[in-house]
Amino acid sequence: MPTALQFTSVGLTFPDGTTALDNVDLDVGSGEFVTVVGPSGCGKSTLLRVAAGLEQPTKGSCSVDRTSLGFVFQDATLFPWRTVHQNVGLLAELHGLGDASARIGAAIDVVGLREHVDKYPRQLSGGMAMRTSLARSLVLEPDVFMFDEPFGALDELTRERLNDELVTLFVARRFATLFITHSIAEAVFLSTRVVVMSPRPGRIIAHHDVPFPYPRRHDLRYTAEFNELAAAVSNDLRAAQR
Amino acid sequence: MTDDRRARLARIIGPVIVFGCFVGTWYLAHYVLMSENRRFLVPPPHDVVQEAFLTWSVDGGTATLATSAGGGLSDQLEALWLSAQVALLGLSIAIVIGIALATLMSQAKWVEQAIYPYLVALQAIPILAFVPLIGVLWGFEFRSRVLVCVIIALFPIVANTLFGLLSVDRSHRELMTLHGASRLRQLRTLQFPAAMPAIFTGLQISAGLAVIGAIVGDFFFRQGQPGIGQLIDRYRASLAYEQMYGSVILAAVLGIVVFWFFGWLGRRVVGAWYEPAAR
Repeated sequence: MPTALQFTSVGLTFPDGTTALDNVDLDVGSGEFVTVVGPSGCGKSTLLRVAAGLEQPTKGSCSVDRTSLGFVFQDATLFPWRTVHQNVGLLAELHGLGDASARIGAAIDVVGLREHVDKYPRQLSGGMAMRTSLARSLVLEPDVFMFDEPFGALDELTRERLNDELVTLFVARRFATLFITHSIAEAVFLSTRVVVMSPRPGRIIAHHDVPFPYPRRHDLRYTAEFNELAAAVSNDLRAAQR
Repeated sequence: MTDDRRARLARIIGPVIVFGCFVGTWYLAHYVLMSENRRFLVPPPHDVVQEAFLTWSVDGGTATLATSAGGGLSDQLEALWLSAQVALLGLSIAIVIGIALATLMSQAKWVEQAIYPYLVALQAIPILAFVPLIGVLWGFEFRSRVLVCVIIALFPIVANTLFGLLSVDRSHRELMTLHGASRLRQLRTLQFPAAMPAIFTGLQISAGLAVIGAIVGDFFFRQGQPGIGQLIDRYRASLAYEQMYGSVILAAVLGIVVFWFFGWLGRRVVGAWYEPAAR
């Protein structure tokens, strides 16, 4: 399996002296869905920002091809003056994709927003806004997809539904994924591998391979095997915080 | 009656009541508050309307003192038209210069730090201190009056545009950076659209100021073709108070129309997506 994203001994100390990351080694193979869980403030978002090139590591290096990078922020980051259709078309404009209306239409269909293309963000629910944000990245047909706690602000039901849709999407496209969350259930449900980070300074303290085959059904969440694995991840998290 | 119609009626009825109170106070001032020998200083509203707006032209040739300055609707409108031209040209120039300056200042902190103190100074010095100097240096014609407008209208446009350009969401900025957007791209695709509500706030303030600038400049120059400011001064000097009040009303109407126009334009441009903070 070729490597899509590689952290090599990455460390990051901010100018004010706080060390956010300490000696992180992590590989994400293409077709792999790796989720990082950790207590809040542990530096998992910083890890993602290093991967995206928004922060420079002070030690080590991160190698990834960012030419077609999908990135979904914590909030939907839609431009309020653009309609759903125009927001989804933004990255196509920035990447000079020319007439991308077919791609934009396809991305909007994937997230099921065809009837809402002319709405402005203020008219959207949280879930619809997140779907729009997802579609915006889908237009690039990314090989690498990064998510920074994207569904944290949504209600439980919407969150599970978006998880289901994301799994379907992952099965269809098989992009290499680095996903940040603090929800253990979400991590186990989505991923091929769950990585546990320690409190600051962030280090990787455990890996859990997730054996469940794709496509994953909604009710996987209620099986004994699922809960066993979730409990194991949870134990690692608790042990790290002591 | 539906709620919608009731709301609309309430919107109209409030201002109408206040207008009634205003006119009432005016009559009160004329008939009750002023002593009989000073009553001419506050002519009643119906006289003002009759003399300044319903009379086309007061013959300036007659020897009576009260009419020696001319007057009537034709003179008023001619002066108003001149002042409106001055205000609108001054405002247009202030918009172009103001937005250009703000754009420049948004690009580097040092540019902002270099220019901002002088804009504040320009804003802080009373316009009356500039007016005589401008007249002496640049003459009393049209262009000097326009310059007064530019000076008075510039600051709110710069300040609001700059504020709008700089208060872009950090995550929006990062989204643009992530996908390789150049500075120009950021400005065009993110910063200017995001700044539109702030820019229109500045425009609306400046529009009102430009009208004041046109009148103040004209009032103090006292030379050249008369605008509404000169008329006010002239009618005052010749005790043509009905005409003077008429000019003041027209000046106010000009300011209101310009203010209202930019408010309307702003709602047209950003109304679809922008929600001002709810009360």
